[in-house]
Amino acid sequence: MLAALVIVFREVLEAGLIVGVVLAASRGVHGRNGAVALGVAAGILGAAIVAIFATRISDAFDGRGQELFVAGILLFAVVMLAWHVVWMAEHAREMTMQLRKLGSDVAAGTQSLFALGAAVAIAVMREGSEVVLFMTGIVMQGKDTSTELLLGSALGLLLGAGVSLALYLGLAAIPLKRMFSVTGALVTLLAAGLAASAVQQLSNAGLLNIWDTRLWDTSWLLSQDSWSGRVLHVLIGYVDRPTGMQLLAYALTALTIFGLAYSRRAPPVSRQNQSSARA
Amino acid sequence: MVFRSPGRSFAFPRKSLVFAGAAAFGFLCAPHVVATASASDEMEIEISIKDHKFEPAAIKLPTGKRVKISVKNLDPTPEEFESSDIGFEKVIAGNSEATIRVKPLQPGTYIYFGEFHMDTALGHIVVE
Repeated sequence: MLAALVIVFREVLEAGLIVGVVLAASRGVHGRNGAVALGVAAGILGAAIVAIFATRISDAFDGRGQELFVAGILLFAVVMLAWHVVWMAEHAREMTMQLRKLGSDVAAGTQSLFALGAAVAIAVMREGSEVVLFMTGIVMQGKDTSTELLLGSALGLLLGAGVSLALYLGLAAIPLKRMFSVTGALVTLLAAGLAASAVQQLSNAGLLNIWDTRLWDTSWLLSQDSWSGRVLHVLIGYVDRPTGMQLLAYALTALTIFGLAYSRRAPPVSRQNQSSARA
Repeated sequence: MVFRSPGRSFAFPRKSLVFAGAAAFGFLCAPHVVATASASDEMEIEISIKDHKFEPAAIKLPTGKRVKISVKNLDPTPEEFESSDIGFEKVIAGNSEATIRVKPLQPGTYIYFGEFHMDTALGHIVVE
């Protein structure tokens, strides 16, 4: 039972952390809850579909199907998250003021809501398909222990959702003044980590063979298999044994998103106030 | 007035932008970023999973060779074939087969395991 609890907890947590960060990063966006709920629902449906076709996906492209598929959806998620960070940077000031004065939401375009929902859906689909496969395995075994295992899985699911909620509440408690900077940076690093994972998938498929030796090994300090290692892997893309290509993908993604968000950020408030005073 | 601008979300120096641009340019221009290994320099080995155990559970490999591992899951239940030492994880459905490609390895011992049955599904690769 404990094994089932741990496995399901871990997968749910990996998806839940992403959802929590994305939710916190889009505080004050009108329609956010709907977009995220729809994303989670689509993700669960996607997870079931991926689980059903797991073997066929895996066998495709001379056994490289799973890696290509995962790399593809990861890169799509990176684009969605980047889009979201840039949109938030453009509207952060507006949002902070609205939240502070009126507690009202800022209307968001359907496009930014789509990016939000899609990123959530991918996170849920990727980790969820493993949960679905694991749980169908339990049911198929049909042993006396299956009830216990299913109970463990259900507890793991609740626990994972609980920890993700705690993370969201923690982030939401950050003073408004700093919240969008913190969550924007967090989503950026999260996206950079996903880009590095995509590179690893391509490397595992044998399709990206340069700079694929390990640069360093910090598993003695913080193993990626430890709980803190896993959480940091999801949140900021921590890898204990990165390759040169992973590092390059990480740095490039982070710098590109930071750069885009910086160049498109809203102008300082003081200048706005002066011009409106003059007008 | 104490009202400080709240939205300085991304106050980074312009230099980092220039660097990002240069890095992006370098990335696009780097030759043969995508290179597929030819089949000839690839070794092939097979591992099967039965009753949540690996057969063989110990493998010897030469240094510096690419290896294609075919994993046959003979159990009706899925297994996640994983190695944090080498850096792969792959869910294999019940009664099916999957392929893992391993990059040339340095001498050493690398552990692999089945994440869904960590108590029994354990094995290692010795590279020398």
